[in-house]
Amino acid sequence: MRRLILGHTTEFTLLVVMVLLCTGLSFATDRFLTISNAFDVLNVSAVNIIFAVGLLVVLISGGIDISFAVAASVVQYVTVLALNALGGGNWAEGFIIAGAVGLGLGFVNAFLVWRLNIISIVATISTFNIFFGLLMFFTKGVSIYDLPEWLSTRVVFYEREMSDGSWVELTLPVVVMILCCLATWFMISRTTVGRKLYAFGDNPEGARRFGINIGAMHYISFGWLGLMAGIAGLMQAHYAQEVVPNALYGRELDVLAATVLGGARLGGGKGSVIGCVLGVLMVSITQNGLNLMGVSPFAFKMIVGAIILIAITLSSTRFDKLLPSALRTSAKKGSAQR
Amino acid sequence: MSAEPLLSLKNVKVTFGGVRALKGVSFEVNRGEVHCLAGENGCGKSTLIKVITGVYTPQSDAELYFDGKPIATMTPTLAQSLGIQVIWQDLALFDEMTVAENIGFQYAVNGKYGLVDKRAIEQAAEKALARLGVEIDLDKPLKELPIAQRQIVAIARALVGEARLVFMDEPTASLTQSETDHLIDIVRNLSASGVAVVFVSHRLAEVLEISDRITVLRDGSLVGVFPVEGMTQSRVTELMTGRNFDSAVIAADHDDKPVVLSVRGLSRAGEFEDVSFDLRRGETLGITGLLGAGRTELALTLFGMHRPQSGEILIDGKKVDFHSNRDAIRAGVAYLSEDRLSLGLNQPQSIADNMVMASLDRLLSGGLISPSKKADVVSRWISALGVKIGLPEDPIRTLSGGNQQRVAIAKWLAIGPKILILDAPTVGVDVGARAGIFEIVRKLAAEGLSIIVISDEPPEVYFNTDRVIHMVEGRFHATYDPRCLSLTELEAAIYA
Repeated sequence: MRRLILGHTTEFTLLVVMVLLCTGLSFATDRFLTISNAFDVLNVSAVNIIFAVGLLVVLISGGIDISFAVAASVVQYVTVLALNALGGGNWAEGFIIAGAVGLGLGFVNAFLVWRLNIISIVATISTFNIFFGLLMFFTKGVSIYDLPEWLSTRVVFYEREMSDGSWVELTLPVVVMILCCLATWFMISRTTVGRKLYAFGDNPEGARRFGINIGAMHYISFGWLGLMAGIAGLMQAHYAQEVVPNALYGRELDVLAATVLGGARLGGGKGSVIGCVLGVLMVSITQNGLNLMGVSPFAFKMIVGAIILIAITLSSTRFDKLLPSALRTSAKKGSAQR
Repeated sequence: MSAEPLLSLKNVKVTFGGVRALKGVSFEVNRGEVHCLAGENGCGKSTLIKVITGVYTPQSDAELYFDGKPIATMTPTLAQSLGIQVIWQDLALFDEMTVAENIGFQYAVNGKYGLVDKRAIEQAAEKALARLGVEIDLDKPLKELPIAQRQIVAIARALVGEARLVFMDEPTASLTQSETDHLIDIVRNLSASGVAVVFVSHRLAEVLEISDRITVLRDGSLVGVFPVEGMTQSRVTELMTGRNFDSAVIAADHDDKPVVLSVRGLSRAGEFEDVSFDLRRGETLGITGLLGAGRTELALTLFGMHRPQSGEILIDGKKVDFHSNRDAIRAGVAYLSEDRLSLGLNQPQSIADNMVMASLDRLLSGGLISPSKKADVVSRWISALGVKIGLPEDPIRTLSGGNQQRVAIAKWLAIGPKILILDAPTVGVDVGARAGIFEIVRKLAAEGLSIIVISDEPPEVYFNTDRVIHMVEGRFHATYDPRCLSLTELEAAIYA
């Protein structure tokens, strides 16, 4: 247990902050602490969590990606057009097409970063513009409302009416999100590829001298994010029951902030799936709580920004450093005696 | 033991962007021997190691044999599977991983079915540390370990596989004498168990102590291979540099000069206690003692990076209270940091930019940095300290260790300090260049600068300072005058 906490201080701090936040919110509004609201938060967060675990892999390997959210928009559009051309298709075809297109777009980024040696933030800002520009040019900004029947029908794995008349629902995006989290967790922490990604992000030269295939690391990390972005795009289309070309535009920064909030290091070599999930949930819970409290939606961004700042400060600073110096020395003495 | 060498290289040439790093070098290592690879920084030692481990590929007609078999193309993976391991000078460890994950990294990337076996990693790490007779918390993140322990982690990592040939590139650079002795025992045990060790070190005393044979390189060419019997330090130095160096005590009295720095009862819990001394103008004070004796901590406090808990610091007779190192710099204190590579210099930046890094406010002209003032400062210090460079605009990482250290010193001299603290100024600097660094120290002292030299190596403080303070567990244990005792006596007193 000690080991678990020591190895994941950021995640535990975040958990503590989240528990405090939830406690506060449940006093502020009696609708917050209900099971149906908890499921609401999960349903709303699913797409972002899928994005976040994909981005996590790129951050661990020392890169960054700005283009994944618009890549997901491209995936949505291409997938729905392809499905309609196929005469409707089904879930299996939908996942295959979305995953493959996402993977391809991820490989484009990997190619730019690895082969052309462009620093990842510059490469992906470029592809962000290229992907979005192409999408808007060819679609002229027109949305698709005519989705295949199966795609726009809600898939509910579990539902129950609560005594207060509200519904608890476990929907497809949440199940897919859980599968993506498990797959990412397994890949980064249980496979040799995962160890190599951490090593490469931590010390690229050290990894190179160990004989790790650096090119493969790029294709795996950006490819994984592409795959996740493809799946997230499909889930978002399913959830929104429409494809709007600019619906996901801007999502990349929310996801990036949440992922870093969850303990992923921008320099590489550090980060966990559980941290990602907590980071995204933290932001969602804040928005949900503000919503229930009837705070003006115009104030949301500002408050979410402040919460991210507070959480990051707490998780990167030891608590005792925030105390006044007099208290600090006595706290230190106390711990020394123990 | 068969007569056939374990490793044999013939006619290896490597060229980087027009610079010939290796000019047709041959190299042989026998089974189970301890072989020393000697030469100044930049002579091609590291390049040779990288060729042997497949990081660099030499020209096509170079020959490489391992265990009598020709190897067409060496790769890092092949080298590892042959049992060739390297402890790199920069360690090449992974900061965010734990000690166990670092040591067992080979297991982490070569698991069955592509899966990681955490148990195997931990067992391997435990076994490797036990073989070294060292205890380190396996779950600690590497970044929390001091340099000496990271060194041990790097050694342990090399021993995890079935090592047959281990390269140690400057393994003792950051170790204290007792840790070095321990390492030498480890090397002897490895050699006795049939593992060949190639030892790269600047410390000739230990090279002569443990090696069977020495291969000397100079300027990318082979000088020769020599049996260690009958070798002396000065002979090896001569072979490495092609020059001769003599040492003599330089200590002198400075009692007639004014006191520049006065420290009274300075303490910081757990770091140093009740430290008092005076430093006069033009005086050079040596501080030695084992790593962890509180030397660097004391220096950082004098430099305003930490605040003392009790005691006082007086500069020119006036009490000072530094809130940060900016205050200290303003008061004329300069500190050349112990870890030059990561803290002292900004490696990708140019030589000129590094040199003026600490003195930017002196170069202002109408609020902007004046290019002509900057060029003046840079050319002045390049010639004053004899820095060998191509262009001032070249990145500093293109310089050798000795020349980098000169630039680092110049950076601080450019602020016009009264007191210069040099923390381990010769770590990673080769013998020829070390003498040059201390020549600079002497010249600066003669010009009236007060200097504190912190060093692990007794000969360095013995030959280059006026007074030697020996620190033990944060306290000033004793003060020695190099004129009143021999180096052997000083070493005996320190290692007792």
